[in-house]
Amino acid sequence: MQSQDIFRFSGKAIISYRFRTVLMLIAMAIGVASVVLLISLGESARRYITNQFSSLGTNLIIVLPGRSETVGGPPPLLGATPRDLTLDDAMALQRLAGVACVSPIVVGSAPVSRKQLEREVLVVGATADLATMRKLEVSQGSFLPRTDPSRGSAVCVLGSKLKVELFGNNNPLGQRVRIGDRRFRVIGVLSPMGVSLGDDIDETVTIPVASAQALFNTASLFRILVEATGSEAIAKAKENIRTTISQRHEGEDDITVITQDAILATFDRIFRALTLAVGGIAAISLVVAGIMIMNVMLVAVSNRRTEVGLLKALGAPRSQIMRIFLTESALLSVTGALLGLLVAILGLQLLSFLLPNFPIQPVPWAALLAFTVALATGLLFGVLPARTAARLAAAEALARR
Amino acid sequence: MISLQDIERIFPVGDEEVHALRAINMTITAGEYIAIMGPSGSGKSTLLNILGLLDQPNQGTYLLDQEKVSELDEDQQAEVRRHKIGFVFQFFHLVPRLTAAENIELPMTLAGIDSAERKERVAVALADFSLTNRGGHRADQLSGGQRQRVAIARAIIMEPKMILADEPTGNLDRAAGYEVIEILETLNSNGMTVIMVTHDPELGLRARRCIQMVDGRIIP
Ligand SMILES: Nc1ncnc2c1ncn2[C@@H]1O[C@H](COP(=O)(O)OP(=O)(O)OP(=O)(O)O)[C@@H](O)[C@H]1O
Ligand SMILES: [Mg+2]
Repeated sequence: MQSQDIFRFSGKAIISYRFRTVLMLIAMAIGVASVVLLISLGESARRYITNQFSSLGTNLIIVLPGRSETVGGPPPLLGATPRDLTLDDAMALQRLAGVACVSPIVVGSAPVSRKQLEREVLVVGATADLATMRKLEVSQGSFLPRTDPSRGSAVCVLGSKLKVELFGNNNPLGQRVRIGDRRFRVIGVLSPMGVSLGDDIDETVTIPVASAQALFNTASLFRILVEATGSEAIAKAKENIRTTISQRHEGEDDITVITQDAILATFDRIFRALTLAVGGIAAISLVVAGIMIMNVMLVAVSNRRTEVGLLKALGAPRSQIMRIFLTESALLSVTGALLGLLVAILGLQLLSFLLPNFPIQPVPWAALLAFTVALATGLLFGVLPARTAARLAAAEALARR
Repeated sequence: MISLQDIERIFPVGDEEVHALRAINMTITAGEYIAIMGPSGSGKSTLLNILGLLDQPNQGTYLLDQEKVSELDEDQQAEVRRHKIGFVFQFFHLVPRLTAAENIELPMTLAGIDSAERKERVAVALADFSLTNRGGHRADQLSGGQRQRVAIARAIIMEPKMILADEPTGNLDRAAGYEVIEILETLNSNGMTVIMVTHDPELGLRARRCIQMVDGRIIP
C-alpha cells in the first residue's frame, strides 16, 4: 500500500468517527498546550530573573563583612565579631590584579527635605564608579565626581521619583536639599530605573561615600562592589580580594565574597529544575491523552472487526493492518498536538497582553518536545490496538454470530 | 486446481469440541461452478473459509495450484488471497465510509497499485456492473443488489482464479438475488471458478456440481 493511500484511508476513518476524533483531539490538545504553556512560563521567569541580575552589571563581585559560608573548622572564639570593612580596605582592592574598579557602599536611611517637603529615603554613599558598575544613567546633570573617595563633598544625585517629589517639574540642578542635618547641592538626576532586586533606585539619593560615613557617623562600609576586568578574571580577583583583606585583618578570613555569576547560576539551576518539574507534571496529561487514544482505538478496532476481517480477506498482511491503525492514532495525536500548540501560542499572547511588564516568550524547544512526545504517545499507545487488529482471526471477524 | 485431503476442523467451545469438518476429501478443477448445500451448522461456511485461507484446518492438506498452501505462514497466505481468491459475503462487507468506486478500488490500493491504473480499472468495472452513475455514492446509499454488485466487482478486480461466495443472495430479494447469480454465472462462463454456499435448492440445482454437507461431512 502506498503511503499516501494509507494516509487517505486513515484520514477518512478519522473524519467519519467524528465524536471519537473530537474527544481525542481535545485530550491531546490539552496535554500539549499545558506542557508548552508551563515550560514557556518557567523559561520566561528564568530569563526575567537572569536579566534582573545582568542589569546589576556584569563581572560583578560583592564583598560583604562577616563570614556567612560555613567551611568547617573550629567555631570562632567567643565574642570574636568580624571586623568591619573600611574605606581603606576598599582602596586596597583597587590596586589588585584582575580588578577593574571598586565602589565602596554605605547605605542608610535619613530624612531628605527641601523647603516644607520632607521624606525619609534610602541614602546611598558611593563613588563615581558605581554608575558604570550598576549601569546607572543620569537624565540631568552628572553623576558623582571622580575625586578622592576619602574626601566627602556636599553634592548629591537624586533618583527620578525623588526628584519629582521634591522639585516637581522644576530644574533641581544647583538647588540645595537637606539630608539629615547637612545641606547638599543637587548635581544630577538619575534616569528612571525601576526596581532592581528589591531596591527602588528611583527613590534613593546618592552622595559621596565619605559624606555618607560622616552623615551616619560610621567608619564601616555596608559592602564593597568590585568589577573584575573580565569574566575570566573573576576567580583570580576573588582570590586576591580574600588574601588582601585577610592580610589587612590580621590573618582573619572574615569576609563573604559573592560573585554575580554564582548567584545567577544558582537561580538558573533552580528555575531550570522548577520548569522541568512543572513541565513533567504537565506531561502526565499527555500520557493520559495517550491512554485515551489507546482506549478509543481499542473500541474502534472492536467496532471495525469486520472491516479488519475484510482487509485480511482482500490480502492485507498483518504489517499493513498495523500500519493503517498506527497511522490513524498518529494522525490523531499529531493533529491534537498542532491544536494544542495553537492554544498555547494564543494563551501566551493573551498572558503577555495581560502582563505587559513580564516578558513572556514561547519556547521553541518546548513546542518541539511536546510535539514529539505527542507523536510518540500516539504511536506507543496505538501499538496495542493496532496489534489487536492485526491479530484478529479473519474468519471470526467476518462471521456474524 | 484445488485438492483437499483429510481436512479436519475442530472448534473448542468451552470444555467441549465442535467437529465442524470431518475427513473432507475433494478436488476442484479450474472453471468449475460448485454449489455447497446443507442444513444450518453443517460446516458450509467453515469449508469455504478454509478454501479461502481465512481459517486453518486442524489436520489435512490443502493444495492450491500444486502448492501446499495450508503450510504457508500468514503473510504468504495473504499474498495468495490477494492474487488468487475473491470473496463475496452475505452481508456484503463494504467499507461504509468509502464510495462504491473506492470499495472496488480497495484491493488494488492495498496491493500498492498506482492510482492512475486503479482509476482506469475501476471505471471499467463500474461500467461492467452497470454502476457507472453510482460510483460516487457511499456504500450505505446503495440498495442491497447494488451493494452486492459492488462487492463482486471488488472480488474480481484483482483478476483472481476463483470466487468464493457465502450465501451471496441471502440478504437480497428474489430479483436482486437472481441478478447476482447471473453475474456469477457469466463470470464462470468466462472461465472463473465459482464456489457458492446457498440454502436455495433452486439455485443449487443451477450449478454444474452440487456438494451436500451434513454434520461436517460431504455426502457422496
Ligand atoms: N469460531 C467458531 N467457534 C466455535 N464454533 C464454531 C465456530 N465457527 C463455526 N463453529 C461451529 O461449527 C459448526 C459449523 O459452522 P458453519 O458456520 O460452518 O455452519 P454453516 O453450515 O455455515 O451454517 P449456516 O447455514 O447456518 O451458515 C457449527 O456447529 C458452528 O457452531
Ligand atoms: Mg454459514
